[in-house]
Amino acid sequence: MKKLYNNYRYLILRRVTQIGILVLYFGANAWGWKMLQGNLSSSLILGTVPMSDPYAALQMLAAGALLSTNLLIGVGVVTLFYFLIGGRAFCSWVCPINMVTDFAAFCRELIGMNQLTGVKQPASRKLRYWVLGLSLVISAIMGVTAFEFVSPISMLHRGIVFGIGFGWAGALIIFLFDLFVLKNGWCGHICPLGGFYSLLGKFSLIRVHHIEENCTLCMKCKVVCPENQVLHMIGKESLPVLSGECTNCARCIEVCDDEALEFSLKSFAQNKKTGE
Amino acid sequence: MSKKLSERRKFLLTMARGVGLASIGGLVWSAYLDEAIAAPLLLRPPGALSESDFLETCIKCGLCVEACPYDTLMLAKPGDNKPLGTPFFVPRDIPCYMCPDIPCVPVCPTGALDESSVTTKDVLDIDTAQMGLAVVDEGSCIAFWGIQCDACYRACPILGKAITIEYSKNERTGKHAFMKPVVHADACTGCGMCEHACVTKKPAIFVLPNEVAQGAVDTHYIKGWDKKDEARLKDAKEIKTTTRLSKKSAINSLNSGLEDLY
Repeated sequence: MKKLYNNYRYLILRRVTQIGILVLYFGANAWGWKMLQGNLSSSLILGTVPMSDPYAALQMLAAGALLSTNLLIGVGVVTLFYFLIGGRAFCSWVCPINMVTDFAAFCRELIGMNQLTGVKQPASRKLRYWVLGLSLVISAIMGVTAFEFVSPISMLHRGIVFGIGFGWAGALIIFLFDLFVLKNGWCGHICPLGGFYSLLGKFSLIRVHHIEENCTLCMKCKVVCPENQVLHMIGKESLPVLSGECTNCARCIEVCDDEALEFSLKSFAQNKKTGE
Repeated sequence: MSKKLSERRKFLLTMARGVGLASIGGLVWSAYLDEAIAAPLLLRPPGALSESDFLETCIKCGLCVEACPYDTLMLAKPGDNKPLGTPFFVPRDIPCYMCPDIPCVPVCPTGALDESSVTTKDVLDIDTAQMGLAVVDEGSCIAFWGIQCDACYRACPILGKAITIEYSKNERTGKHAFMKPVVHADACTGCGMCEHACVTKKPAIFVLPNEVAQGAVDTHYIKGWDKKDEARLKDAKEIKTTTRLSKKSAINSLNSGLEDLY
């Protein structure tokens, strides 16, 4: 029980959050609950506070749509929220695809795919920014929100709330891709929404901090991290994780047996000193 | 034979590869989108913008779907072959019941469902909605056979305006009347209650999107008997076109070669 708490407390909390949010959205459509109506693209909290996906709004802008005040308020709410708690907290605490890709990563380790492909990954993690840029260009040319029409995130989430059709196929493609083609392929390399939140998360306040004095160089954190390039300081320097690509999933914190990693508010003084 | 690449060449090749990959991705992506948004025969909720504006403005949140008390609206699922995630309805299954307070429209966060388009004098007015237009297939409508049926007429929420019954003599029997339903485009909202009520196996009256069901007259046709339409002439400017006329008169050309007849 103690091990469960020590090593999985955040993981359990994340699953509770992810599934809880899905249930609230589902209940709104199925039984008329008012807590969280709509879906991840745009929603209403308690029928009053609007929330809207800022990346979707950006695509609409590129496509040439007029943005309504209501939408802009919703975008503001979401942007401010993730600005404070970490942009990619969306990815690990809310996005339903995270459960699919985490499961793929788990299976990948289980069946030994990682040994087959080796450490060297055949694709750059910068790809997501290219996809992000491309989605805006295509939105502008085609006059529609380019990513929203192919997004497996919306397909799965909307599917769970409103009826899935063949939407499960999108999630399956991502599962198979992550399992057999590229480790952390979708969330860690391609997803432009993750890329967008990475850019937003550069400025966020809640950070994972590394305390080098406590580190025993076991490297469990780097093994478990889905974006392990952000943990470049492990065993070298006491630094906060400043990359926006960190999803604040806290897996590193809970697998660390030496209390060398913890959540903390971003320290601006330290930030200036190291220049990062 | 492998020669070591210069830094400059390496840089250029990397850039070229990036551009190449982006082009492949972009073209495949665009091609898919082009198919995915191809104008389909589907009916949008009341107050929807024109299809192309709707596609760029709808954020696919489903708030309209949740607001609909009759479960009329659905979001297009993968496999429906409709623009993914956008709201639509199938009146044969569940028509739009034309709620006076139109709950689906004010909840729209993006204005893809435009409140002003279904408002008359600051009051929501569902009768002004233009979701589509009902069309009658005379071949399968039993009223056109002479059988008495006014199911669509009775189901119509704007009965007497959107659908009227036209009486005419049934020449076949000589003593009965045809009671034919006629749809009036200026009043029909496309709610589909007629389609829902139609008694034939496949509905003989059905709603089509306005762009599909209606033609369009060029602006140079003016209804002289309609004061409003006639008013368009007021600011009209003369457009003079000069056409070079043939030297030969029309009569000449018609009569040439006919000399032998006289």
